[in-house]
Amino acid sequence: MGHWLGVKSYDLIIVGAGIIGTACADYASREGLRVAIIEPGPIGGGATAAAMGHLVAMDDDPAELALANYSLALWEDFTGIEQIEYSRCGTLWVASNEAEYAHIPAKIARLAAVGVQAERIDSDQLYRLEPALQRGLTGGMRVPREAVVYPPGMARHLLNRACARGAALYPQRATAITSHGVQLEDRTGLAGSVLVATGCALPQLLPQLPMRSRKGHLVITDRYPGVIHHQLLELGYADSAHGDADSSVAFNVQPRPTGQILIGSSREYGSDTSEVSMSMVRRMLERSFRYLPALRQLNALRIWTGFRPVSVDGLPYLGRVPERPNVWVAAGHEGLGITTSLGSARLVIDQWLGRTTAINARPYDPARVATWA
Amino acid sequence: MNQVRIAINGQALDVPAGISVAAAIARLQWPFRRSPRGQARAAFCGMGVCFECRVRIDGIAQQRACMVPVREGMQVMTDE
Amino acid sequence: MSEHYDIVIVGAGPAGMAAAEAALARGARVAWLDAQATAGGQVWRKDAKYGWPHRAEHMLAHLLNHPNAMWMPQTQVIAAEPNALLLQNERQALSITYSALILATGARELLLPFPGWTLPGVTGAGGLQALAKQGWPLGGRRVVIAGSGPLLLAAAATAKRHGAHVLGIYEQASKAAVHGFARKLWRWPGKALQAAALRCQLAGIAYRYGSIVARAVGSDALQLIEVEGPHGIERIECEQLAVGYGLVPNVELAQMLGCAMKQEAAHPYVSVDDSQRTSIANVYAAGELCGIGGRDCAWLEGRIAGLAATGAGIEAPLLWQRRHVRNFAAALREHFKLDPGIHALADPDTLICRCEDVPLQALQGFDDARSAKLATRCGMGACQGRICGTALAELGRFPRSGQRPPLFPARLSTLGDVPSPSDTEGLF
Repeated sequence: MGHWLGVKSYDLIIVGAGIIGTACADYASREGLRVAIIEPGPIGGGATAAAMGHLVAMDDDPAELALANYSLALWEDFTGIEQIEYSRCGTLWVASNEAEYAHIPAKIARLAAVGVQAERIDSDQLYRLEPALQRGLTGGMRVPREAVVYPPGMARHLLNRACARGAALYPQRATAITSHGVQLEDRTGLAGSVLVATGCALPQLLPQLPMRSRKGHLVITDRYPGVIHHQLLELGYADSAHGDADSSVAFNVQPRPTGQILIGSSREYGSDTSEVSMSMVRRMLERSFRYLPALRQLNALRIWTGFRPVSVDGLPYLGRVPERPNVWVAAGHEGLGITTSLGSARLVIDQWLGRTTAINARPYDPARVATWA
Repeated sequence: MNQVRIAINGQALDVPAGISVAAAIARLQWPFRRSPRGQARAAFCGMGVCFECRVRIDGIAQQRACMVPVREGMQVMTDE
Repeated sequence: MSEHYDIVIVGAGPAGMAAAEAALARGARVAWLDAQATAGGQVWRKDAKYGWPHRAEHMLAHLLNHPNAMWMPQTQVIAAEPNALLLQNERQALSITYSALILATGARELLLPFPGWTLPGVTGAGGLQALAKQGWPLGGRRVVIAGSGPLLLAAAATAKRHGAHVLGIYEQASKAAVHGFARKLWRWPGKALQAAALRCQLAGIAYRYGSIVARAVGSDALQLIEVEGPHGIERIECEQLAVGYGLVPNVELAQMLGCAMKQEAAHPYVSVDDSQRTSIANVYAAGELCGIGGRDCAWLEGRIAGLAATGAGIEAPLLWQRRHVRNFAAALREHFKLDPGIHALADPDTLICRCEDVPLQALQGFDDARSAKLATRCGMGACQGRICGTALAELGRFPRSGQRPPLFPARLSTLGDVPSPSDTEGLF
C-alpha cells in the first residue's frame, strides 16, 4: 500500500464483500492491483448468504444471457474446492402443460446460440430422471452442465485469495465517498478509485443509482438424499422472476450436496423487514407441493429471508458512475448475482484497466440511468 | 405388562407397550444414525432437544425416536 | 378452522399443570399442550414401568378428565404471533387462538463438549433419567453419573431403580461448596427431606466431589471414561455415562413472541413481573424459563400465572413462597457454580456442533454465531443450535442467534397447508 498525505492509498477500494465485491477483489488483485475491501459484516452475509446458489443461464434477455454464459465458463475453475460445494446436478425445467412444452425448442435454440447445451425431454424421461415429481406433467428441458454452489463459501474463498495477494480487509463501514476515496466509520480515510458493490445498500453511497429491494424466502429441509436429483424449476419461473407483481412465487427446488432440499422461491416488493412471513412461506410451499408432493412429509429445519438488489431495468450496473471520475459500481444483479458474479467482476475491472471487455459492456453501463431519469 | 411387536431394520422385536422407540432400539444396541462424517450416534438428551436419535419410522425419515412411543406393527429403520 | 381458547398453556410440567389447574378452577376454557406423549414434564415424566410420581398422578387425573381442558400431547409450537399459534402433532397441523397464553416451556440440560461426548452410551444426566423412564435398558449396565447439581442424585436413583449398576456419582463442585449448601438446607425443610431420601436410596454408591469427566473413550460405543478428581485421574470402564451441568431455560418461543429477556450468566431467561406477565400483552411465563428455580418454584409460578391470566388477584402468601423458593435456586447456583476447567475440556478436534460435525478448531476466529454458521455450518442442523449454541454461549464464545420459525423442525405440510386464523387480517 502507498501513502498519500498520511492517508493509506490503494489502486482500488472495494466497498462490500458479498460475492460481487469479493469477485472484484479476487480478479483485481490477480491483475496486480493494490486492493482494499471494506465490509463491516460477515463475508458474503447479505444477499449472497440468502441466495440459493444456482448457476443458471436464463435465456429471456440477451444481455443477461451473455453475462451469465460468460460467467458460467469462469465458474469452471472452482469445481473442486470443498468450501464452495460445487455440485453439477444440472437444471430441469418442468413443463406443466402443452403450451409450456411448446416453448422449449425456442429456448433450446437461444441457449444453443451462446453455446449452452440443453435438451427437451418427454414425460417418460422426466419421471425416469425425477420419479418424485407429480404425475401428469408434460415434460421438460434439461440443462445438464448447470450446477449449484454454496455462495458464502465462494465469497470467503475469493476474499482469502485476494488477501493472500496482499489485499487489505477493513472490517468496518464506509460512511462516505470523498473526492479522494472513501471515509471509514473510524474516520480513517482511504485514497484511491472506489468500486461500490453494496447491493441493496447502494443508494446509501450512490443515491443517483436507483435500487429496489425484492424480498425472498427460502426453506431448507433436513437430510433426505435421493428424493430429487436436479435443480427443479417450473417453466413459468421467468414470469415470476421478471414480472413486476408486488409478490409472486414459483416452484424452484434444489438438492444440496448434503442431501438437504432447498426450497424457493418468492419475490416481494414493499417489505423491508427481514422477518419471515408465514403467508408467503405457505404460498411458496403450496406451489412446490403441486410439483413435488413428496415434500409434504419432510421436515423443514430453517426458513430465512433475503433481499435481491433490483436496478431500474433488471440488469446490473457495471462500470463507471456518471460524473464521478473515480467511482465505479458493480451492483443490482437481482436473483442472478451468484451466476454472474465472476463475469461482472471481469467486466468492471477490465474497463478500469482500460482493456477491451470480453463481452459488450454497454447494456450494463450505469450511464443508462441518466436516460431513465 | 402389554407387549407390542415392532420391527427394527426388519428384525421383529416384542417390547413393552408405552416405551419409546429409542428405548426399543437400545435393546438391540444399534447405533441410531450416522453423523455427516459417519460417526455412530445414539440418543443423547432423551427429551427431544438434540435430534441425535433420529431414525426412519414407518417410512418417514428424521423422526426423533425418544419422542415417539412404540405402536403395534411399527417399522423402524436406523442408519445401519 | 382454528379453535379459540381462553387460555393456552405451552408445556405440561409442574408450571403448566399448576397454571391449568388454577385457570380451570376459575372457569376458563383451557388448551394445554406438550411435545411429549404424556403430561408431567421432565421432573414428573411418566415412567413406562412405574407410572407417574404419586403427587403428579393425582393432579393429572383431575386435569386430564376436566371437561373444560383440551389436552394436546405430542404437540409442538411451530410458529407464533401475538394471538395465535401454529401447532403440529404426529398427524396434523392446526392453529389455535387464545385470549391469554401461558408459557411453561421449562428447561433443558446444559450439555457441554468434551472429547468423546458424541459416543453412543454418553447421555445427559437428566437425559439418562428420561431415557430410563422411557424403557431404556439399564439392567446390569455399568453406569457413571457426572456433572453438577442435585439432579445427579435423582438421575442415579432412577438408574438404580431400573436395575443399573451405578458405579459412582461425580460432582464437579468441591466438597466445601456442597457441604456449604447442605448447611443451608434447613431453610427449605422440604428440600432437606428430599435430599435425605435420595441419599438413602443411593446408599452404597460412591459420591465424589471436585471430579470432572475429562474424556470418554470407545470406538462405536462408550467403553471407558477418564475422571479428573482431587486425587488424580481415574479410569472407569462403563457402558453408560450420564453427564449434565445443570439446566438452561427454554426461551425460544418467548423470544419468537418478542418477550423481553434477562441474562443469567451466559443464558437468557424471560423477564416477568409479580403476576408472571411478560413484556408482551396477554403472554405469561412460569417456571424454569423465567430462570432455573426448580419444581416447587415452577408450581407456584404456574399457579400465579393461571390466576393472573384469568383476572384473579394474587394472594400475598403465594408471592412470599415464590421468593423463598427462588432464594433456594440462588443458593444452588452459588454453590454448584461450574469449575472454569469444564469450559476447557474440548480439544481442537472435539465436535461442538453434533448435527453438522463441526470441531472446535473450525470456530477459531469467529466472534458471532451467524458468521460462524455461514462459514462452518455450526448450528445449521436439526437441533437449530440448541446444543452447540448453548454450549458456545456457556464457553464464552458468542451468544446464540435469535429464533425464527419454525421453532422446531416442522413438516413442510405444516408450514404449507394450514391457513392461520388471522390470514384474512393480513397479520400472520
